[in-house]
Amino acid sequence: MTDTVTSTPTPAPTPPPTKSRPGGSRLAGVLRLREFPVALALIVLVLVTYAANPLFLSPQGTKDLLLNATIMIILGVGQALVIITRNVDLSVGSILGLVAFGTGSLFANVPGIPIIAVFAIGLAFGAILGAINGLLVTLARVPALVITLGTLYIYRGLNNAWAGGTQYFADDRPDAFGALSVDTILGFPLITLLAVLVVVVVAIVMAGTRSGRDLYAIGSDPDAAKLFGIPVGRRVFIAFAVNGVLAGLAGVLYASRFNSVGATTGTGLELDVVAAAVVGGVAIFGGSGSVVGAAIGALLLTTITSALTALRVDKFWQQAIVGVLILAAIIIDRVASIRTARRLRLSEARDV
Amino acid sequence: MSQEPTTDVATPPPAVLALRHAAKTFGPVVALADGTIELRSGEIHALVGENGAGKSTLVKILAGLYHPDAGEFTVDGQPVAFRTVADSKAAGISVIYQEPTLFPDLTVAENIFIGRQPKGRSRLISRTRMRAEARALFERLGVPIDPDRIAEGLSIADQQIIEIAKAISLEAKVLVMDEPTAALSGVEVDRLFAVARGLRDRGAGILFISHRFDEIFALTDRITVMRDGRYIGTHDTASVTTPVIVREMVGRDIDQLFPKVEAEIGDRVLTVSGLSSAGVFSDIDFDVRSGEIVALAGLVGAGRTEVARAVFGIDGYDSGSVELLGRALRPRDPQAAIDAGIGFVPEDRRKQGLVMDLSVARNATLTLRNSLARFGLINGGRERAAAVEWTKRLQVKTGSQEYAVSTLSGGNQQKVVLAKWLATEPKLLIVDEPTRGIDVGTKAEVHRLLSDLAGRGIAILMISSELPEVLGMADRVLVMHEGRITARLDRADATPEAVMHAATATREHTE
Repeated sequence: MTDTVTSTPTPAPTPPPTKSRPGGSRLAGVLRLREFPVALALIVLVLVTYAANPLFLSPQGTKDLLLNATIMIILGVGQALVIITRNVDLSVGSILGLVAFGTGSLFANVPGIPIIAVFAIGLAFGAILGAINGLLVTLARVPALVITLGTLYIYRGLNNAWAGGTQYFADDRPDAFGALSVDTILGFPLITLLAVLVVVVVAIVMAGTRSGRDLYAIGSDPDAAKLFGIPVGRRVFIAFAVNGVLAGLAGVLYASRFNSVGATTGTGLELDVVAAAVVGGVAIFGGSGSVVGAAIGALLLTTITSALTALRVDKFWQQAIVGVLILAAIIIDRVASIRTARRLRLSEARDV
Repeated sequence: MSQEPTTDVATPPPAVLALRHAAKTFGPVVALADGTIELRSGEIHALVGENGAGKSTLVKILAGLYHPDAGEFTVDGQPVAFRTVADSKAAGISVIYQEPTLFPDLTVAENIFIGRQPKGRSRLISRTRMRAEARALFERLGVPIDPDRIAEGLSIADQQIIEIAKAISLEAKVLVMDEPTAALSGVEVDRLFAVARGLRDRGAGILFISHRFDEIFALTDRITVMRDGRYIGTHDTASVTTPVIVREMVGRDIDQLFPKVEAEIGDRVLTVSGLSSAGVFSDIDFDVRSGEIVALAGLVGAGRTEVARAVFGIDGYDSGSVELLGRALRPRDPQAAIDAGIGFVPEDRRKQGLVMDLSVARNATLTLRNSLARFGLINGGRERAAAVEWTKRLQVKTGSQEYAVSTLSGGNQQKVVLAKWLATEPKLLIVDEPTRGIDVGTKAEVHRLLSDLAGRGIAILMISSELPEVLGMADRVLVMHEGRITARLDRADATPEAVMHAATATREHTE
């Protein structure tokens, strides 16, 4: 019943609503993007800091900026996936710690193990830990906040029990592995390029596949998603599992980037990650935002730290500024949605 | 609505959907005893019944949300057993609920195509195609909605059109509309009906659930009546009249009644005059005297609860006044209402009436916590003493005062709520659906209790959707329809037909 455009005698009782204007709408569209404020903030921050201290954007300075952001970007992308479904994963710091320590342990105890095998094992380990989160959240029907707070401590406890006082250092690992965080292509460190690849792939999946769109629908209204016949449990489970894989990847890269891994590696990262996603425009109650936004948020937060150091601002202020940014992100979001609501109400009132 | 009456088809086509003798129980509660409906292609079929007649349960079975315990279900003559909503959709059934459930953060186009977005050459979702297809759907429906806007903030009417667009794009054979016109204005209703007729003419079967008889007679081809979870009958709309349908809707054995014991009607306790709240209710005038039970009857959504909430000061109102024993009550001040002597037993006792995890004793004395406390700390001994007194008087069946309220049965929970308010010695008690979800035995007990309280001189304002309860308990019945009082009936005049007529506003009653 697609070609019979007959017999709908409905005279439209309302005038046509605002048609999308051809010209100028593209600029307006960019301005309305949820990622726009955070991207603008990042650009302003970089320019201001560069003006005050030109060394900030020297090749070495840029490389440090990118290296610092890499791990946070990967974690931010995974966290965004989970938050978009109206959940949260607080255990990512602990997952990263376990995988990073496991990576160090593999290289130290299995001499000659191929680097690619270590990556595979690290990702699989992360996947298992993330899948446990996903299973608990979908089966227990307890808020993810509580479940992953629990696994945060459990995974950290495992790490403590496993590592004890042991630490593994970069000398135990092959040079080629450490070189991933040192070598660059066109000024970009290899692991940063890997992070960019992750962002691109996940962004395409989220925007261009039905399962990706389902995640937004679930976060927007979980009950409606059930009424629509969307497999809510399966999708949420997969979001947690993928987040685990990405936290695992971040763990392996952590071992490449930093000298030592031990029982406390990655402690406290989870809040920075959630902050990055929220600053990047991912709505904390799900349904909107993007992984690109979360990645920019991660870049912004790590850049602030470097910028304030370059500007010789006290460490204390750095944290306070991150806090202000989180509040600003939320306020911008609220103001925007109130303004949208008002605009829609007005257009509706005109119709009646 | 001035559409020409619909003519019946000479040779009835085969049923596109048939449900026969479907039953569904939840624990001891029978939601549906004999759900039967037969829907043909190319017809609009009304399903009518009182609140609680089992219409929603039947719809949920069609939608694949509930699984019937018994009965036969066929689509196109083939037996089906839906396990999920997706199964029902795949069989060509689309359900539009009274309040459509769209995803507020997604665009209109995406809401239509979620889960089956059109793909482009790259095997990724093609937004261009999705937008074009959505636009084509709206053009066909003659409704201009921007496919790119997000769904948040759309009017209910537009949301329903989007649901219909979705149903069309799914090529649904059956469209179920659950009270679609309840929240629509006149223009919007006309638009919806035009769309519905267009779909019917193209061969869809439409099940239309409504309480509005004028709409039913203007739009539908056949009418099926349900009562108390049972199928009563099906009529051709052209050959039946409203009184026949109303009689079938209400004509039941009235043996579960607990008639109110005669009580001495005393002075005016509550006087409500000219109470209006824009878009919710208007010109509400009534009084309640001591010893009297006044029922606010009407259909769900008529504005009864809203009036009660305004009287109690939970919600504000635009104009009018509320007086208790001759003294004006401040609007928007529930504490003042309590102090003046009003008790309010809300409809949803689990959410609003009780703290489910606290003990029986603590719940029963919640309203007393100020008088039981010394230096801001509640005295446990006095709390227990007060609780025992009231729970004993109301015969609450609980193992111990210390058990959590959530362990009690629905009827006993309701008694605890009553105990809570009786402890404040109210002059006026407002009870909203006092026996909803309570088994028949305890129902009678709650009725006896209310009657008893009236006998002690308490004025009672009772909101109830159950006709037997209204007719059996009330000294006077006020019937509301769409925010107005459409009838004031004394006990002697309050027949089921009179109340139903006023509740559906087919005839105006005023003193």
